[in-house]
Amino acid sequence: MREVIIIGSGPAGYTAAIYAARAQLNPLMIASSVEPGGELMKTTEVENYPGFPEGLMGPDLMANFQAQAERFGTEIMFDDVVEVDLTGDVKIVKTGGGETLEAKAVIISTGAAYRELGLPREKELSGHGVSWCATCDGFFFREKTIAVVGGGDSAMEEANFLTKFASKVYVIHRRDSLKASKIMQQRAFDNEKIEFVWNSAIAELKGDVKLEGVVLENTETGEKSDLALDGLFIAIGNDPRVDLVENQVELSPERFIKVDGRSSKTSLPGVFAAGDVIDPTYRQAITAAGSGCVAALDAEHYLSSK
Amino acid sequence: MAAIEATQDSFDQDVLQSDQLVIVDFWAEWCGPCRMVAPVLDEIATENAGTIKVVKVNVDNEGQLAMNYNVTSIPLLGVFKNGELVKQLVGARPKAAIMQEIAELLPSS
Repeated sequence: MREVIIIGSGPAGYTAAIYAARAQLNPLMIASSVEPGGELMKTTEVENYPGFPEGLMGPDLMANFQAQAERFGTEIMFDDVVEVDLTGDVKIVKTGGGETLEAKAVIISTGAAYRELGLPREKELSGHGVSWCATCDGFFFREKTIAVVGGGDSAMEEANFLTKFASKVYVIHRRDSLKASKIMQQRAFDNEKIEFVWNSAIAELKGDVKLEGVVLENTETGEKSDLALDGLFIAIGNDPRVDLVENQVELSPERFIKVDGRSSKTSLPGVFAAGDVIDPTYRQAITAAGSGCVAALDAEHYLSSK
Repeated sequence: MAAIEATQDSFDQDVLQSDQLVIVDFWAEWCGPCRMVAPVLDEIATENAGTIKVVKVNVDNEGQLAMNYNVTSIPLLGVFKNGELVKQLVGARPKAAIMQEIAELLPSS
């Protein structure tokens, strides 16, 4: 039996792995088969992670995290967790590859998944004009007219990045001010290719085999208008990935895993949670890393007091 | 059989004329998720030799093919049966998830 299994491989998971490995808990990380590294794998330049004054690319930062975790003996399995039983003293974790693993403690750092608009035809048009990843798909929109929907940092980052390809980038936001950090806002305001469409929500996606435009609805007046687009990038936030554990650990009303105060302790003994899956507020790489550290220390304490 | 690389010229023969179920992987070197799903598709091709064929289309080299199928996100997996595009999966996903999506399209044994 393992001492500790870590589920997820973003900044929270890797930081937990580094601390747990250094505490000689021989952690096993289950990193996902196709999305290891988490959210930062889809970003470009990360400028606000302390210790890297020149900034670095998201995937490079994650490669560093991985190297540091492995240096102290973390074992990484590139597989997906499909089922868990966390209720007993022995935690059981089953993988897509068909393995059944046991551990005394589990750290859940499964992060969050992109939120969808929830509109008809969103699924059909996804990959045909509707996208969630600017760094993956920007290439297809050279000299095209596109829009980013959202008002946070990731929406601003995507909009700025996409101006490298597109001739015009609209930012569609349901309010008249942005949630994004000031520096990201300013960059978007200064970019001549970006035009803001305030107080607007997307009411309809138009296009048969590919996206041709959207119907906008003014969030104050309810007035509708058409906007012709070749592409739409959705950056309206994330939802915590809790489906594995939702019937076992207590969730908050907003469906984040509930933890005790500033700790990582969930409602089940020996089960700890860290990163975006517990955080409705800050959701930064550095706060996720910090909470991964907390989880490893909590797990270490739990194991030594057993 | 391992995955094969198709071009505009070979697409008809490799995909449209194939009597197997064909998964076309639209991909590019610079796409991280494409690199993650590539080995998964290789495994699917090897484990299902004779029933599933995996054909890769590099969108940098074969822009016209990508445009013909209105591809604007990669990886995009286009599933072809009897020369027709019957299903599309956007984004990297685990092997079990891909197999589950295409199960209904496989000949029942």
